[in-house]
Amino acid sequence: MANQWQALTALGNEMAEVVEIGPYRIAERFDVALASIAMRRGQDKAFAAAAKKVKVPLPDPARHETGSPFSAFWVAPDMWFVEADFATHEDIVAALKPAFGDAASITEQTDAWVRFDVTGERMAPLVERLTNLDLAVQPEGFASRTIIEHLGVYLVKHGANSLTLYGPRSSAQGLLHALEVTAKSVA
Amino acid sequence: MIINHPILGPRDAQEFVYLGDANLINRPDGMTAGIEAFHDYLYNRDNPAGEHRELWYHEQGDRSWLVVTRNTVTHEILKVELARDVAKAQGRSK
Repeated sequence: MANQWQALTALGNEMAEVVEIGPYRIAERFDVALASIAMRRGQDKAFAAAAKKVKVPLPDPARHETGSPFSAFWVAPDMWFVEADFATHEDIVAALKPAFGDAASITEQTDAWVRFDVTGERMAPLVERLTNLDLAVQPEGFASRTIIEHLGVYLVKHGANSLTLYGPRSSAQGLLHALEVTAKSVA
Repeated sequence: MIINHPILGPRDAQEFVYLGDANLINRPDGMTAGIEAFHDYLYNRDNPAGEHRELWYHEQGDRSWLVVTRNTVTHEILKVELARDVAKAQGRSK
């Protein structure tokens, strides 16, 4: 009976898919809970205090900050995406809402996105074919929304050889295909 | 074309969507301003050859609305502001 309720990944599988092409490793992740958190107008002090209390980092524009249990990246003025371990924070909104109360609007985002972690040497030639962001000159911890193929995705640069992509979940196959085709052409 | 985003720095224009004249921010009160003012707001646009203030939306970026002052003849971009800062400066709170 248990298997009857096995949750599927964004790609429709029971296990996360990993694709290795040349130096590149594209790994689907579905062990991360995601929520958007937007500060309500005039709530600056209460918002900052709540974030500090539950240890939600509030990085500067175009930045990602890793923390425990919450990491976060900036998406818009006064708005961030918060990441946490799915195993412990499956209901991430319930974990955040009591602290923030009326100071923030919080929306569950976990199942709206597909996440791919891309690692490998020679990241620059791959990324410059996928997006218009000049990632090579951006520092570690850079985060931005951008376009890959026709899809709006969030891109986080963890290091010279490591980045994370969040794309629309309903286009998970299309985004993976774009990554595979590009990786094959430069591998 | 490069738009120098006030928060994110220079970004490619393909990330943005164009809406139109920045005067769209100044919507008259349809109940009190009179039909002429509202008709003018809804249908009439200036089409200057030269400096023009425009609303742009950073759709594939931080989703902010910008007021871009652009020369429609040379395409030179003279000034970029967050639309919410422009509205606040005019005494609008929303």
